[in-house]
Amino acid sequence: MAFNGHQREDEGIDEDETPTKQPRSEKEMPGCFKTEPHNEASASAGRSTSERRTSNSTMRHRADSVKKTRPPFPWFGMDIGGTLVKLVYFEPKDITAEEEQEEVENLKSIRRYLTSNTAYGKTGIRDVHLELQDLTLCGRTGNLHFIRFPTHDLPAFLQMGRNKHFSSLHTTLCATGGGAYKFESDFRTMADLQLHKLDELDCLIRGVLYIDSVMSSGPSECYYFENPTDPDHCVQKPYTLENPYPLLLVNIGSGVSILAVYSESNYKRVTGTSLGGGTFLGLCCLLTGCSTFEEALEMASQGESTRVDKLVRDIYGGDYERFGLPGWAVASSFGNMMSKEKRESVSKEDLARATLVTITNNIGSITRMCALNENIERVVFVGNFLRVNTLSMKLLAYAMDYWSKGQLKALFLRHEGYFGAVGALLELLHPS
Amino acid sequence: MAEFVRLDSSTSRHTMDKSITLPPDEIFRNLENAKRFAIDIGGSLTKLAYYSTVQHKVAKVRSFDKATKEAASDKLYEISVQEEVTARLHFIKFENAYIETCLDFIKDHLVNTETKVIKATGGGAHKFKELIERKLGLKVDKEDEMTCLIKGCNFVLRNIPHEAFVYAKHADSEFRFQTTQPDIFPYLLVNIGSGVSIVKVESEDKFERIGGSSIGGGTFWGLGALLTKTKRFDELLQLASKGQHTSVDMLVKDIYGGSYGSLGLTGDLIASSFGKSATADKEFSKEDMAKSLLHMISNDIGQLACLYAKLHNLSRVYFGGFFIRGHPVTMHTITYSINFFTKGEVQALFLRHEGYLGAIGAFLKGAEEDNPNQYSWGENYAGSSGLMSVSPDMNPMQRARSGTFDMLEMDRLERQLVNLPLLQDPSSYIPDTMDLTEDALAREYWLYCFEEALDGVVKRAVASQPDMPEAAERAEKFRQKYRHKLQTLRHQPFAYGSLTVRSLLDTREHCLNEFNFPDPYSKIKQNENDIALKYYQKAVKSLEELSWEERQFALVRGVLAGNVFDWGAKAVSDVLESDPEFGFEQAKRQLEERPWLVDSYDQWLERLRGPPHKCALFFVDNSGVDIILGVIPFVRELLSRGTEVVLASNSGPALNDVTNGELQILTERIAAMDPVIQAGLREDRLTLVQSGSSSPCLDLSRLDKVLAQVVRERQTDLVIIEGMGRAIHTNYYAMLSCESLKMAVIKNSWLADRLGGKLFSVVFKYEVPAGKPSQGSAAVTPS
Repeated sequence: MAFNGHQREDEGIDEDETPTKQPRSEKEMPGCFKTEPHNEASASAGRSTSERRTSNSTMRHRADSVKKTRPPFPWFGMDIGGTLVKLVYFEPKDITAEEEQEEVENLKSIRRYLTSNTAYGKTGIRDVHLELQDLTLCGRTGNLHFIRFPTHDLPAFLQMGRNKHFSSLHTTLCATGGGAYKFESDFRTMADLQLHKLDELDCLIRGVLYIDSVMSSGPSECYYFENPTDPDHCVQKPYTLENPYPLLLVNIGSGVSILAVYSESNYKRVTGTSLGGGTFLGLCCLLTGCSTFEEALEMASQGESTRVDKLVRDIYGGDYERFGLPGWAVASSFGNMMSKEKRESVSKEDLARATLVTITNNIGSITRMCALNENIERVVFVGNFLRVNTLSMKLLAYAMDYWSKGQLKALFLRHEGYFGAVGALLELLHPS
Repeated sequence: MAEFVRLDSSTSRHTMDKSITLPPDEIFRNLENAKRFAIDIGGSLTKLAYYSTVQHKVAKVRSFDKATKEAASDKLYEISVQEEVTARLHFIKFENAYIETCLDFIKDHLVNTETKVIKATGGGAHKFKELIERKLGLKVDKEDEMTCLIKGCNFVLRNIPHEAFVYAKHADSEFRFQTTQPDIFPYLLVNIGSGVSIVKVESEDKFERIGGSSIGGGTFWGLGALLTKTKRFDELLQLASKGQHTSVDMLVKDIYGGSYGSLGLTGDLIASSFGKSATADKEFSKEDMAKSLLHMISNDIGQLACLYAKLHNLSRVYFGGFFIRGHPVTMHTITYSINFFTKGEVQALFLRHEGYLGAIGAFLKGAEEDNPNQYSWGENYAGSSGLMSVSPDMNPMQRARSGTFDMLEMDRLERQLVNLPLLQDPSSYIPDTMDLTEDALAREYWLYCFEEALDGVVKRAVASQPDMPEAAERAEKFRQKYRHKLQTLRHQPFAYGSLTVRSLLDTREHCLNEFNFPDPYSKIKQNENDIALKYYQKAVKSLEELSWEERQFALVRGVLAGNVFDWGAKAVSDVLESDPEFGFEQAKRQLEERPWLVDSYDQWLERLRGPPHKCALFFVDNSGVDIILGVIPFVRELLSRGTEVVLASNSGPALNDVTNGELQILTERIAAMDPVIQAGLREDRLTLVQSGSSSPCLDLSRLDKVLAQVVRERQTDLVIIEGMGRAIHTNYYAMLSCESLKMAVIKNSWLADRLGGKLFSVVFKYEVPAGKPSQGSAAVTPS
């Protein structure tokens, strides 16, 4: 990116000197998503790379070019969605003493603030369990942190950025999601930050493929549910997403986007629905008076949706055999609520559960139709609606399996909602 | 899915003492002869169906016996009015609250005791089972709801032209009616009851539920009741129509600040339904929440419907169920959703008689032994109440009241009706030239015109039955009924499908029949036929004296002049009534000189110089001078050229149009004086068939099956359509796969003006289908 270089010239100080001396093979460059075993070794052993650092001065020239393209710290990727802001932060762990010394105070303070806390302000949260350690990115080794906060707290975030003189670092802030467009001027006016805006679906796919590639050792990024139609034996199992194409990628955020992905660069948005995570939370707030996703999920876990929904058996006394509909299937979501007596007899928990089931099943149903229309058998569900939401994941796994008679497989990824932000970070490090 | 039956004890008590607003005998008509009942009890409405027979008068003509002929007057034939029994289907829709009252009424008037069983369907059938069995003494026999629905749907799609429509909220006319497809299959039926069922229908007996959704009408109602504390479905819709969803929904622009350009998602698109209500500290209005909910559900159903349509490669998607049922709000949101998701490739179709489908289907299930599907049925405009106003601004309570009793009556037609095999593209054929539903100026004129003509029609109706003292009273009832229909149509032009001159004429015929005026013109026709016949030989002789070329022109002028004699057109009936001497010759002088308004006479003459046609199908118009002095000589010339002729005339009376019965007698008489006609009949080169219609207009997609067969057998290569009703009001733009000739004189100054001509302008439209050389028929030479 042109303006990276430009910034560096302005800066005049090469604060990021040391790493440029590292000889780096092309394979370690971000953007090469299929990490070779060799790279993993170097990625997981930060120290060994620093040893190699001085051993080969003939690589100096190439290292210079890496250095030229490598942006200055801090490295952030941001995804500003309708409900949540997702932030990934790369914390370099291979900082040399020389570097440490030269590191400007502002940068240091940001690094310390982010890495020494797990909660920020009232609503910011670092998902510690998702942290990726000893990751090699752009020739630097460090940890990738995953942070989120509600989009409506973005002003507070900007205020913090202003207080911490973020703009003095002259970093490029790569951001995706609708908020990158909507709040671009706020970033400029409130925090003196220039956003580099990126397409959310491009970032999403890039992020998914990257995270999956770096996670091939350790806990599997991708997993599925075995025996989804048998609640007693339904267990989470790791899944290797090698040779992933074609795949249907269903991103459930506030709304839902469904993408058919044929290769890293070849994908299309098949359709989407406005009945997504935002609908679940929005309806739950109206119906139960709750105010957070966690609250809503907690209630849902304790409720019983069959008191709210009208099932096939409520109408036909059992299965509707003429059409092969099982008695337990929902005939009408919230259908029992047409009756005054039943409205008065349900609990908030029941309503929360019914809302969750309704939204989840609907996503499952649309996804299944898209998979059939696109002739794709593998479906990967991502997005923050699935965060700590095993209920929905199991429902989706069940729905995919049952209605497709085992043809469709529902897959899930551990880093659920962070892929867009990861994709944005990758764009910063290795512009496509 | 079954509809939900809402029977709050409070409301049923409250509504029980409501009295029926219309006299019940005007609702449950012909109950005395009723047999076979079916009932469909839904969430709020009950639909009752029964089969009955109607005795009504028909006019018959009969040749006098040779023996008695001398004794009788010098009349050509005898007119008699006979009683005829025809089958009629009655469908009545009313609120569930009236069930008991209605059952009592039926019980009291049910004379026929042979009926033992009542077919029942709908979610409420089992709730009322006991009541029905007790009140009527009939055994309730439950039928599968979906099967009934599909059967009913097939029936209305096949038998009611303009059954399906596209809804366009902001268009000049909200409803755009679809032409009847020759093949109604395959189609997708999306039934939105409490849940959604998506059914693929491939043939009369083959259908499959390919999918569905639990997010349906019950979700709107149930969730809506929770969110807004509003109990009634109608009220929820009313709330929704007043709300602003943007305060509740998270739009693309709420996330992006504008549109999401690279995906072509506009800023106003909903990104997340209820996305803005994810907060504890904000209040939302009932209206806004209801609107948001309506959008959410409609969009979701629309999206699923599109996905299923795409997967099964279907382009015809009909929507029904209580969620839709004539509610403009839901029709609009569903239409919007379908347009959005298919980018206009699939249109959401709705049905005028959607509410009756279950009842019709249940009835058909019970009547299978009568094989009702082997007949064609026609909507009786006189007995049907038509589509109610669905103006979105109307109060739901008002709507409920005005729609308290809805009726649909279908007459069994004597003949099975099919497409003319010579239509170029049956699926795009539209009989009517002008759609008065869309053309407000034309609508105003024609409604006025028919209202103006009403006095004359009443007068003539009374005059046609001089021996019946109560004729005046009946005629008055006819006047009221038809005037009421005209008034209804003024406010709801779409009540019976697209409003056209044809439908106005047909409605008038139905109303006349309703009050036992089967043929008000019978005497006039008889007189005219008598007089014209006297001039026949003279006319033929003078034509024979002309040179070939002069004769061809004289024959065409003869047909056109004859066509001026038309009691149906106001301008002419005035002249005829004030000046009975108005003669054939005068009529010729009245004709426009060439070049005519539409004039392809030169091409026609050129064609005549070539080899003869194999067979001509001639749709004739009026009695008297028209048929006898205009058409028959023309036909005679065709026969002489070696062309076979099929004369198609109306099966039943309409205005002064010659009926098949009359034409039979007339041709016999002419044959007696004219060897050419006689030879034609004897050698079977001149054939008379009935069109299957009793309308002054012509719908080429609903013709007698026999006619279609004859046309095919004879390898018809020329279709001649005569008269304003058949060639201008209808079929002016009809494209045929063979040569066609449309001849008419414009006898209405408004229409003449519209077409850029003047009164008595001539339309002579000879057309050869593209790709066919005009003499392509030369393959067959006369034997």
